[in-house]
Amino acid sequence: MTDMYDTIAAIATGMNQGGIGIIRVSGSNAILAVDKMFIPKKKGKEVRQLDSYTAAYGNIINPKDNSIIDEVIVLVMRAPYTYTKEDVVEIDCHGGMQVMKNILHVLINLNNLTEVNIDNPEYNDNFEKNTVNYNNIKVRLARPGEFTERAFLNGRIDLSQAESVMELISAKSEIAAKTAVSHLKGSLKNKIEDIRNELIHNIAFIESALDDPEHYSLDGFTEQLRQILESKKNEIDNLIKTADNGRMITEGISTVILGKPNAGKSSILNVLAGKERAIVTDVAGTTRDTLEEFISINGIPLNIIDTAGIRETDDLVEKIGVDKSISAMEQADLILYIIDSSVPVDENDISIMEKIKNRQVIILSNKSDLDSVVNEEDIRKYLDHKIIEISAKNRSGFEELYEELDRLFFQGRISYNDEIYITNERHKQALINAVNSINMAISSIDDGMPEDFYTIDLMSAYEQLGYIIGQSVDDDLVNTIFKDFCMGK
Amino acid sequence: MNNLEETYDAIVIGAGHAGCEAALALARMEIETIIFTVSMDSVAMMPCNPNIGGSSKGHLVREIDALGGEMGKNIDKTYIQSKMLNKSKGPAVHSLRAQADKVEYTKQMRITMQNTDHLTLRQAEVAEIIVEECVNNENLITDKIDNNSENIGNNKRKVVRGVRTKSGATYYAKAVVICTGVYLNARCIYGDVVNHTGPNGLSAATFLSDSLEKSGIPVRRFKTGTPARIDKRSIDFSKMEEQFGDEDITPFSFTNNAEDIKREQISCWLTYTNEKTHDIIRANIDRSPLFSGAIEGTGPRYCPSIEDKVMKFADKNRHQVFIEPEGEFTNEMYIGGMSSSLPEDVQYAMYRSVPGLENAKIVRNAYAIEYDCINALMLKHTLEFKDIDGLYSAGQMNGSSGYEEAGAQGIMAGINAARKIQGKKEVVLDRSQGYIGVLIDDLVTKETKEPYRMMTSRAEYRLLLRQDNADLRLTDIGHDIGLISDERYEKFCGKRNLINSEVKRLSETMVGGNKRIQEFLESKNSTSLKTAVSLADLIKRPELDYDSIAEIDSERESVKSTELYENNISKDVINQINIEIKYEGYISRQRSQVDHFKKLEGKRIPDNIDYDDVKNLRKEARQKLNDIRPENIGQASRISGVSPADISVLLIYLGQ
Repeated sequence: MTDMYDTIAAIATGMNQGGIGIIRVSGSNAILAVDKMFIPKKKGKEVRQLDSYTAAYGNIINPKDNSIIDEVIVLVMRAPYTYTKEDVVEIDCHGGMQVMKNILHVLINLNNLTEVNIDNPEYNDNFEKNTVNYNNIKVRLARPGEFTERAFLNGRIDLSQAESVMELISAKSEIAAKTAVSHLKGSLKNKIEDIRNELIHNIAFIESALDDPEHYSLDGFTEQLRQILESKKNEIDNLIKTADNGRMITEGISTVILGKPNAGKSSILNVLAGKERAIVTDVAGTTRDTLEEFISINGIPLNIIDTAGIRETDDLVEKIGVDKSISAMEQADLILYIIDSSVPVDENDISIMEKIKNRQVIILSNKSDLDSVVNEEDIRKYLDHKIIEISAKNRSGFEELYEELDRLFFQGRISYNDEIYITNERHKQALINAVNSINMAISSIDDGMPEDFYTIDLMSAYEQLGYIIGQSVDDDLVNTIFKDFCMGK
Repeated sequence: MNNLEETYDAIVIGAGHAGCEAALALARMEIETIIFTVSMDSVAMMPCNPNIGGSSKGHLVREIDALGGEMGKNIDKTYIQSKMLNKSKGPAVHSLRAQADKVEYTKQMRITMQNTDHLTLRQAEVAEIIVEECVNNENLITDKIDNNSENIGNNKRKVVRGVRTKSGATYYAKAVVICTGVYLNARCIYGDVVNHTGPNGLSAATFLSDSLEKSGIPVRRFKTGTPARIDKRSIDFSKMEEQFGDEDITPFSFTNNAEDIKREQISCWLTYTNEKTHDIIRANIDRSPLFSGAIEGTGPRYCPSIEDKVMKFADKNRHQVFIEPEGEFTNEMYIGGMSSSLPEDVQYAMYRSVPGLENAKIVRNAYAIEYDCINALMLKHTLEFKDIDGLYSAGQMNGSSGYEEAGAQGIMAGINAARKIQGKKEVVLDRSQGYIGVLIDDLVTKETKEPYRMMTSRAEYRLLLRQDNADLRLTDIGHDIGLISDERYEKFCGKRNLINSEVKRLSETMVGGNKRIQEFLESKNSTSLKTAVSLADLIKRPELDYDSIAEIDSERESVKSTELYENNISKDVINQINIEIKYEGYISRQRSQVDHFKKLEGKRIPDNIDYDDVKNLRKEARQKLNDIRPENIGQASRISGVSPADISVLLIYLGQ
């Protein structure tokens, strides 16, 4: 749990169809925080000077080095006439997810700025901020649903409204936990668990010795521990780099387009995305790798992965693509399965259908512009999902697809956490916090501090790592002490 | 037949470590109190280890003392060896431990009790607690208390009226504190021998459990054990390592000076088990009631029997054995580290395999003891039952173990019972105020599945909760409630003022890099100065401290001549100044964690909340919250099975 009335920030929307994303900041520091990182195009349009419900156009910069992050529109809404009844600032940006992530990152680290480079001429020309007191501006990441929570707590919305939101919140957090874990299953989760286990074992050893100094001695242990901590720190640093590469980030409903080669997967994606993205040819097997596309359909964010056609293959390059397709398929929330209705169902189709029969699938019977040789029964033998006739060429049948997406989404059959991205920013933050705690422990060791001072930092590293894999601390330490060490009289 | 009837303000059942502290707190707060014991010879008896304190337990005793309790004073009167553990570690884990003369400890506590006004001691077995259903609130004393809204909206409650003894006498009171320790339906077991007694053959209390269950208080079964006592004359100490006490001792009580209680100390001895010992145990393990299933109670993991240690940590080829005197004028020696419930013949064989114990003569057998206790989730933080007004419970009865844990709960239960009778606000220590707070919060919030022992690792703010500053943390409270005399309080305030003013002065006094200072630093093997620093900055250096910088502290002489300094300066004060300054960074970091913690503790949950009304709580969370009924959001967040999402849901509901 965190404080209730500090200033919070989150990405409020995914990228919508127009390519604009919104970052929302709420709380008493909201205006000054954004002010600090915004340089208006016109003088006098500093965020702190804006009237309520007016906007300004300018650049978001990183105050650390004054580098420009994105061109944005900033909208100021002053308390109490806002959604949360607190000061709210919205930053509309169009630079894509990575840019939004950068802006958010700068926002929540504003209070960590050590010094501003005042030699930069831009600082003096554009930045009439020398006179403003930016001390103690602290913004943190919002929890899922926290804007709504504040809206309710501040009396902005009534209980029934809040309750329906709360249903979403609890549903979402479950999904978040689920996705967090499922995305992290495999090596990453194991890695974090390994690090945690090693940390807690060493903490437990120290605590056993502190609790029962006549049984356990810490002589010479410190140097050994220091080495262990250095190596754990490197391991976590490497995980942070993974996060930076975006591998931990998933946006929207992970959706996979599947179908045998040349069924028209890329053409359909192109229609959905409204632009030519994948290389579309008539030669089967053109899409060699998976392509990802983030699109929003009627406000439902889909992270669409176009896959190489699945078929038995000897071509090594294509084989890699096919393997990736299968792995993408296994992790997907939704599968769009494309059947080429102009050719008969063949072994390739059957093998795909068998792989996906227990998944959330929409079957798209493509090439309805051509004569159909596939009838429903041929498919029903293998799959019992909604079938939509579609033609990528004529762009027909897509409305029906959108309606089906709507239906699945609002029935909760497919779902996503709109702040999953932030959850991941949280994960990254947790990793960073863990490294910071380990660093503090290491410097305590170097300063010759007694062991009991830094086990507290190590415990907090353990706790931070736990957030990522959804585990709390509870009585882990006491249990490990008793499990690993023979205690007492 | 006319049975005796008497009326008191408060009743304490059991005169062990919890009962004595509870009764003394009540009586000293001028509440007419009667305390029952099964035997006048077992007042504050130490049936297991012959020491008080130790890691984190020493902290508890210092806190009890700071609140005005008796345990610290009593051990200072009766110790035979004193040792500060962990001296090479940080000050937060320094822990005081003293070997006690058991007979003397009991005797001194009894003398204190017998000479306390408003306190009556009575040898009798309490067989029944009188609890009445109370339809309207008129009869509840809680009604008088403005700040206590717990009963609003709850028309039907139970209220305690008094107790009835085995002989049929009835004692009425407004509050009853249960401190029955390990006596309820107690069974002592070794091998196939089962004695239906409490420790040391004292008679068990066999009626009270039934009475509790009738009042809606279910009991459960816990177990613990104790090693054999061996005749000193049969031990060959030349094969053991001698364990001395400290030369400079630290008293437990803040009211005592080391000089005044100094005495010649008596040694303990260290020896080890070996493979032969372990072979004997392994060969006979099927005869252990613990392994055969004859003992059903849950035992503590931190205090395993020797058979547990050998079976669970098979890779260890030896375990330590501490031989500790049970007193100054007895030949009985406590065999620390070898508690057991093996049959008598196996006990002999196993003890005699230990170097120095080859010819050991057992005075008292080792045994395991099983007893009834309650699940403390039924209690509020005041240790009053949530469902029975005026009924309190403290000590091993609540599922804890240890004299110190018992004493700590006893004083808090006594204070709160007295406050309730006085119509005053409850006194609850939170996790940031003391180990007592951690102990009680853990007991009433977390499900304890084994006898609970205090540990420093359970205290998340332990850098602040040191044994050296227990008085600074708690004397204000002790004085407020009337357990600390004005005289003692005044003295304490002087000490506190001196510490604060010296820390402030040292932080503000700057010294520059002049020749005198540099030469001084050089003489102390300390790096020379490049810029001016405060004296406090110098004290932070590991090689320097308050005393060693005296010669460059130009104001020291004039400060020393002030009345404040002269009246208060002591090793203790200098120690505080050094700690405050040297660990300032760590301490302030913990203080900010505490600030955050306090915010959540401040968000109260009404006692009459119906969790079934709170939509969207997860099922497990709803169940746990219903069972435990936390008093505030902070406590709710510590319940395992209640997630942060549940807390959000709860906050929203409460914001209504």
